[in-house]
Amino acid sequence: MWKTRITALIILLIGVGIGFFVYKSEMSHRSLAKGVAPSGVASFPFRLGLDLSGGTELVYHADVSKVAASQIPDSMNSLRDVIERRVNIFGISEPIIRVQDGGFSNAGEHRLIVDLPGVTDVSKAVEMIGQTPVLDFRIENPDINKANSVQVGKDGKATVDLGEQYVPTPLTGRFLDHATLDFNQTTGEPIVSLQFNDAGSLLFEKITSENIGKTVAIFLDGQPISIPLVNEAITGGKAQISGNFKPVEAKLLVGRLNSGALPVPINLISTETVGPTLGIQATTAGVKAALIGFLAIAIFLIIWYRLPGMIAVISLSIYVAIMLAIFKLLPVTLTAAGIAGFIISIGIAVDANVLIFERIKEELKNGSSITDAIMHGFSRAWLSIRDSNVSSMITSVILFWFGTTLIQGFALVFLIGIIVSMVSAISITRLFLKTLNITKTTKFTSFLFGSGLSNAKVVLQK
Amino acid sequence: MFIIKHKKIFVLISAALVLFSIVSIGYFGLKLGIDFKGGSLSEIEYKTARPEQKVVEDAIRPLSLGEVLIQQSGDTGYSIKTRAITEAERASVLSALGPDASEKSFASIGPSVGAELVRKSILSFILVSLGIIFFIAFSFRKVSKPVSSWKYGLIAIVTLIHDVMIPVGAFVILSHIFGTEVDTLFVVAILTILGLSVSDTIVVFDRIRENIRTGQFKTFEETVGRSIEQVFTRSIATSSTVIIVLLSLVFFGPQSTKVFATMMTAGMFFGTYSSIFLASPLLIMVNNTGKTKSK
Repeated sequence: MWKTRITALIILLIGVGIGFFVYKSEMSHRSLAKGVAPSGVASFPFRLGLDLSGGTELVYHADVSKVAASQIPDSMNSLRDVIERRVNIFGISEPIIRVQDGGFSNAGEHRLIVDLPGVTDVSKAVEMIGQTPVLDFRIENPDINKANSVQVGKDGKATVDLGEQYVPTPLTGRFLDHATLDFNQTTGEPIVSLQFNDAGSLLFEKITSENIGKTVAIFLDGQPISIPLVNEAITGGKAQISGNFKPVEAKLLVGRLNSGALPVPINLISTETVGPTLGIQATTAGVKAALIGFLAIAIFLIIWYRLPGMIAVISLSIYVAIMLAIFKLLPVTLTAAGIAGFIISIGIAVDANVLIFERIKEELKNGSSITDAIMHGFSRAWLSIRDSNVSSMITSVILFWFGTTLIQGFALVFLIGIIVSMVSAISITRLFLKTLNITKTTKFTSFLFGSGLSNAKVVLQK
Repeated sequence: MFIIKHKKIFVLISAALVLFSIVSIGYFGLKLGIDFKGGSLSEIEYKTARPEQKVVEDAIRPLSLGEVLIQQSGDTGYSIKTRAITEAERASVLSALGPDASEKSFASIGPSVGAELVRKSILSFILVSLGIIFFIAFSFRKVSKPVSSWKYGLIAIVTLIHDVMIPVGAFVILSHIFGTEVDTLFVVAILTILGLSVSDTIVVFDRIRENIRTGQFKTFEETVGRSIEQVFTRSIATSSTVIIVLLSLVFFGPQSTKVFATMMTAGMFFGTYSSIFLASPLLIMVNNTGKTKSK
């Protein structure tokens, strides 16, 4: 008996400890001065989604039509890295940048999703991402008839469609190591020097060696800016762009290239932004609804189920503490829908307790002693608890696959909630009920185990 | 047992509610939001009082954004719906509205993103339905007499359709009054209701089959009636706890999840209602028709 009681006490203390961690980490995170790196427990704040924290989500379509299929994953990853670096330069805290592969549901479109918490100035956000240059190297198109691509306009000027004359190579901005600003020794003209990384150097060497005597075009943002003639294979991965730059332009370009050049062009297809006041309102309302919901459940449990109800409230409090700690530690990005999922999961977590209590009541009616009723009540209720949660688990797994931030926020919280609730209801409630060690059946104990308007009908076992 | 005695009335009530929902859906239609159609929505708030709607309309008209829908929202704001607009167009709207207007939230969803959500919604609806049908089939895999197990499954599915149709009907009527549109949370609500309400029905049926096995009641009617009595309190209690928290969400929760919580409340309520007042009466009726045929 004492063993059970000590275990119960330990569980209770762990529960209080988890609750304290949640409280302490939140308080110390809030008291952090802006710009101070969090340490210790303060480094586990709740991660709020854009609808709660305020912020902007930008969805870009990545045009991978010019990239070989096998290169797409690499290009998309490098796209993400470049944008991440770009965004970090602007000092946005915790940006989330994801790539979404083309598949059946999005008609094969490859996307880049940029979440910027705290940024509500969409124009600025769009502008700073839009400034990221797209850099790629192209070689002469062997299939094209050069004469055809030169068109003489009515005014007698000849125009050359360079876009068609050159075909893309695998060498893109993602192989760029850094860029520097130089000046031509003789003319004093500004030159942008590119230095590729190792893989890029090898590619560049291969491209130049295969195209000796031909031109290689350097395209920036889809426009050719420099078309040098290749005299010999270039090793060491150095290339120069000399495109009639003004010094200021060249300097700007170097800056842009150094913060990363995109391997594929992107264009903005969706924007969502939530102002800070709306986010705060939603958060406050969500917390309020959770508190009121929890209190209402607690009152219901204690009035209707009396002593077991009281234990269920303790078990439920531990459940809430565990869930909040999981949100912080994983971390789970909380959205309004996620908070709704959490609140509903509190209702469902109680379900397991209710199932157990109803079974215990039935056992009592059938003439078991309170100890036996508790034991059998638990073992019989387990099957119902498992069955009644399977379908919700199916739903939440499929919803999680659905993939948009909003829905994943709900599905993940809901799924974790169901799993944690099953474990906590079964183990914690049982342990506490056992701890009470009620062997004698008196009028008082039958009142305590009664529910609703009736006391437990206990047949005294002699 | 009361419910069994008056089973026809309860089945009729359910049928009437479902019919009413279907008619409302057909009559009012489901208005798709920008999540699915693509388009843009900005919530504009004015510092003090909002100007006349006509002033706003006149300010926006020269921007040639196509069809623009302007509605009052909150105390001092408007919500403006247009086609999906670019960043430059959004800036032009804001400057056209003047310095007193500020943007509380803005969303512009490209048509391809909307189309993706539609595809994903349909696909996940099919997947959840299949998952649940497999779950029902698994739960009722053991053949039982006098009603064969596939009939339990079929009734569980009929009940499920009932549980989903009524909240959708309620949504359509709400959407007609308040102008709410079908968004992603609508899909989440439907799928979550599917998951939650099927379990209640399975619990009732499980109890019926358990009582058939022990054979303590004489007739099938009595078995069903007593089974309902046995699970009645727990069904009501478990769904009340969920409804309590849902109501707290409806009344105190964030604006963005109110419609969701209302639909879920309706789903939970009718999910429990149907497991007791629809599924079991249907089971007896199916059993009875089987008997008259075999005679």
